[in-house]
Amino acid sequence: MKKEQGSTKRLVLVGNGMAGARLLEELLERGAGDLFQITVFGDEPYGNYNRIMLSHVLAGEDGEESIYLNELGWYAENGIELRAGVRVDDVDLPAREVVDADGGRTPYDVLVIATGSSPHFPPMDGLRREDGSLLPGVSGFRSLDETRAMLEEARRYGTGTTPAKAVVIGGGLLGLEAAKGLQNHGLDVTVIHSPAHLMNQQLDADAGAVLRRSIEEAGISVVTGARTTGLTACTEQSGSGRVSGVVLKDGRSFPADMVVVTAGIRPNTDVGLRAGLVVERGVVVDDQMRCVDQPETPAGPGQVYALGECAQHRGETYGLVAPLWEQATVLADVLTGADPDAAYHGSRTSTKLKVAGVDVAAIGQAGPEHPDDEHVVFSDVRRGLYQSVVVRDGRLVGATLLGDTRKTAALQQVFDRGLPLPEQRVELLFDLGATAEGSVEDLADDAQVCNCNGVTKGDICGAVASGCSSVKGVMDATRAGKGCGSCKEVVSTIVEHAVAAGGGALTEDPSVHWYVPGVPLRKDELVAAIREQHLTSVSSVFAALAPGGAEDAKSKMGLTSLLRTLWPTEFVDERDARFINDRVHANIQRDGTFSVVPQMKGGVTTPDQLRRIADVADKYGVGMLKVTGGQRIDMLGVRKEDLPKVWEDLDMPSGYAYGKSMRTVKTCVGTDYCRFGLGDSTALGIALEERFQGIETPAKLKLGVVGCPRNCAEAYVKDVGVVAIGGGKWEVYVGGAAGASVRKADLLATVDSPEAVIQLTGRFIQFYRTWGNWLERTYDFVPRLSIERVRLVLVEDSDGMCAQLDEEVDAACAAYRDPWKEREAPDAPGRFSAPALPLLPLPVVPRRPMGAPGGTPREQLPVEIVMPNEEALVSGAMAGAQQ
Amino acid sequence: MTAVDTRTATSGVRVAALAEIPPGEGRAYVVPSGAGEVQVAVFHHRDGRVSAVDAVCPHSGGPLADGQIDSCVVVCPLHLNTWDLRTGESTSGQARVRVHGVSVDDDGGVRVTPA
Ligand SMILES: Cc1cc2nc3c(=O)[nH]c(=O)nc-3n(C[C@H](O)[C@H](O)[C@H](O)COP(=O)(O)OP(=O)(O)OC[C@H]3O[C@@H](n4cnc5c(N)ncnc54)[C@H](O)[C@@H]3O)c2cc1C
Ligand code: HEM
Ligand code: SF4
Ligand code: FES
Repeated sequence: MKKEQGSTKRLVLVGNGMAGARLLEELLERGAGDLFQITVFGDEPYGNYNRIMLSHVLAGEDGEESIYLNELGWYAENGIELRAGVRVDDVDLPAREVVDADGGRTPYDVLVIATGSSPHFPPMDGLRREDGSLLPGVSGFRSLDETRAMLEEARRYGTGTTPAKAVVIGGGLLGLEAAKGLQNHGLDVTVIHSPAHLMNQQLDADAGAVLRRSIEEAGISVVTGARTTGLTACTEQSGSGRVSGVVLKDGRSFPADMVVVTAGIRPNTDVGLRAGLVVERGVVVDDQMRCVDQPETPAGPGQVYALGECAQHRGETYGLVAPLWEQATVLADVLTGADPDAAYHGSRTSTKLKVAGVDVAAIGQAGPEHPDDEHVVFSDVRRGLYQSVVVRDGRLVGATLLGDTRKTAALQQVFDRGLPLPEQRVELLFDLGATAEGSVEDLADDAQVCNCNGVTKGDICGAVASGCSSVKGVMDATRAGKGCGSCKEVVSTIVEHAVAAGGGALTEDPSVHWYVPGVPLRKDELVAAIREQHLTSVSSVFAALAPGGAEDAKSKMGLTSLLRTLWPTEFVDERDARFINDRVHANIQRDGTFSVVPQMKGGVTTPDQLRRIADVADKYGVGMLKVTGGQRIDMLGVRKEDLPKVWEDLDMPSGYAYGKSMRTVKTCVGTDYCRFGLGDSTALGIALEERFQGIETPAKLKLGVVGCPRNCAEAYVKDVGVVAIGGGKWEVYVGGAAGASVRKADLLATVDSPEAVIQLTGRFIQFYRTWGNWLERTYDFVPRLSIERVRLVLVEDSDGMCAQLDEEVDAACAAYRDPWKEREAPDAPGRFSAPALPLLPLPVVPRRPMGAPGGTPREQLPVEIVMPNEEALVSGAMAGAQQ
Repeated sequence: MTAVDTRTATSGVRVAALAEIPPGEGRAYVVPSGAGEVQVAVFHHRDGRVSAVDAVCPHSGGPLADGQIDSCVVVCPLHLNTWDLRTGESTSGQARVRVHGVSVDDDGGVRVTPA
């Protein structure tokens, strides 16, 4: 695969570590294989491996073979010449040649230096032998060779009858990882750290103290504020001159059979220095990763670049991988010309790690640095928890989380984007139930509380003033909390405050426990009554069970759903009891038109389906074609009159994107194509969608199946999520959400086959259909009952109801009929043909600009929108519907 | 509904046969009136009565005829605001809708008299 000289430029890379290898990948991705003839020099005699994983290798958790990123063959395949095990000693800038340790000279047009760092060995008596080599038994922790050697010694010493002793000098990230690794092999480990607290680079003293306790509890001894000044050795006779212990400045000494030095790193700058490049702590580069002040060469301006830990950019050198990724992207853009103006602006470092088994996240500065900095700290030493934030001028400038790092993502976002902070800073760390409590009083009257329905605090207080004394009463009167529901807690708190301020007492409307507002019964009571009296239609339920036999518009939809569940075949369908969406099997939009979402099982489609969709979109002037969040295609802006014709032309089943029913099963690529796939997620997703299509549920139900825990189709946040974990096993999760609420689903069970997944899913769905309240999503249902209880009932069959559930769900699935088939025989005259609106031309809904994707012009003018509020639309009609 | 329509059965404009509006549902019609044309939503209650209000939801233009009803209110399908069909007053704090005269004639025709 060697390329011809002349047509391509010669690129030489010195250093085949993480930064160098990443650069190669980024270059290849940008087609650099055709632009450059690439030669790589690597001091280490291997392909490229993931240095981070050395901690795991040392701990015995991973084998060496699993850490390679690119093995030797990869270089050949990509036409890259790898000089593995060859060190570069010098660069002849004027001649544009690198000089390797064998004396060979290799010419280049572009040179990249990525030599990384080396462990720093502080001066200690006895560290080195006369020939300059390290005392046997002493090691740094940087390379695979060092790790291998330590591993071998640890295994040898760890099996002795009296535990061998290891000393780790330096209690930073690396030191703690080394300590944990050695301890895993049975060594008695002591960490000696000269600063006053552990991980002082990332943590302040208090956090360091909490970490120390956790480390000590794990059985590792820690000595801080103590400098090691000397090493002692065994006599040549007794132990072949190996290390025997360490001596501290204060005179204390510790015996040691092994010593690991992790007292910092030093950038490898010797190549840069020899070449005559500007070197401070690292090789100094500009925003394009170009070495600064390069001497002009006869062939033009210098083409020498540096990246990775050996580079110094805007005064910073880095010691973690994240910045290197950014640097590699920029440099690849610059070198290939993909984006000649690409610039690296430095990285804000943050760390999220598991150090010696303890979760640690450090973002920005560790503690207050200015007198005006706010510092909010929560610390629970016994439980190993420490959480703090540093705020300056209303901005988050630092955060530290130890023991519990769940808030990292949220804090990182606030930090990166400079988002406004809650008035109560502590809310940055905790979702307090009192969130609303603390702040509602501070809310202005015109502050909008319910964004879905545009309800302000003033509106809520107004409702209380005019006589409402229950939360439900206020919600009914103002519609606050009836959209997505995420503001319910705040609304309740405001009502409580307002009622109390008015000197009244909060009342609970008994109707909060009713299944629907118009029939005063809880779900279980209602189900019992319906069964007992054999009520099969909504009107008969009202007649028999509602006060005065009065029907109630807002109860109809919930009753329809329940009756359908209870009487899969006997149900008497009264169309007026259905919401408009379920009458016409499409989702009503804000201009009175509808959206059509055909079924696309598992998100898999065919050229033929796509062609039909395209033709239909053209023919009926579909306003917008949109790929939905549920992995299918939405055709928006279809007139009611056109629905039957659209379905006919599509000749695809309904995707039920409108109902309180099973909506969609998202899947990832799975085993057929994905190189990570452990199970055929696509096939299983399709099977699930086929089995449960259209099944009614108390609230909408979204499923997901993924082929491995990388979770590309977001199964962990689905009502039912299925994850292949290898060995033919599948995990079934329930109760997840990623809408207005976000919740990771709970693991229900791990099963052995796709069939078992389908059975357990069906059982769960029927259980939810039976016990879930109207509009109660699984993310409320599962925690209400607790996952343990759900597992007992569905997996262990504690209540002996599994067989019945299986039978019932079979019946429900068997009753499926594609509603779009109704096009052939509508249930009532004018079902589709009678347009509800617009009958007269009215001003137009603002449309997407002509020419924009999806902005197909339409002659038909829909109605004017008086108060466009898409949020309210999205949530109002579906989630909060008909409570 | 206690007589929205106090006129004789033959007054008003015939918009449809009652049988075309399924019980419990509504349909919208354009009715000529003194001031031009008005859009009217006509509802057929389950107990056989009829009522009629403006077809366009004052909240945000929603199609009231596609809403769900009971014997007194209509719920707009877009944002679920409600109106009393007898008085036109909103029971969820919106502007009122006009109530139109409506009756069923001897031939089963629905007749609307715009307000
Ligand atoms: C045990 C361990 C755990 C770590 N854990 C984490 C972690 O959890 N998270 C994190 O973000 N970072 C971690 N790091 C840091 C991370 O590994 C480094 O930031 C990253 O490897 C730096 O990449 P680099 O390419 O700049 O240097 P390196 O990966 O060190 O690559 C430099 C390469 O250049 C070679 N080289 C040097 N000089 C020459 C020469 N003259 N000629 C030829 N070749 C030469 C070296 O042999 C080496 O192979 C860890 C590091 C270690 C050692
Ligand atoms: C009138 C109201 C609504 C409309 C018209 C609407 C429309 C849609 C549509 C068409 C999809 C694509 C799903 C599919 O392919 O089946 C979708 C997905 C989604 N909707 Fe809605 N929706 C509404 C209400 C809501 C509400 C109230 C929430 C949150 C509480 C919500 C959260 C979501 C989420 C999270 C997805 C993505 C699903 C996924 O990725 O699998 N929607 N919505
Ligand atoms: S979830 Fe796993 S198997 Fe599925 S596409 Fe992603 S990486 Fe591949
Ligand atoms: S348009 Fe009718 S309630 Fe909003």
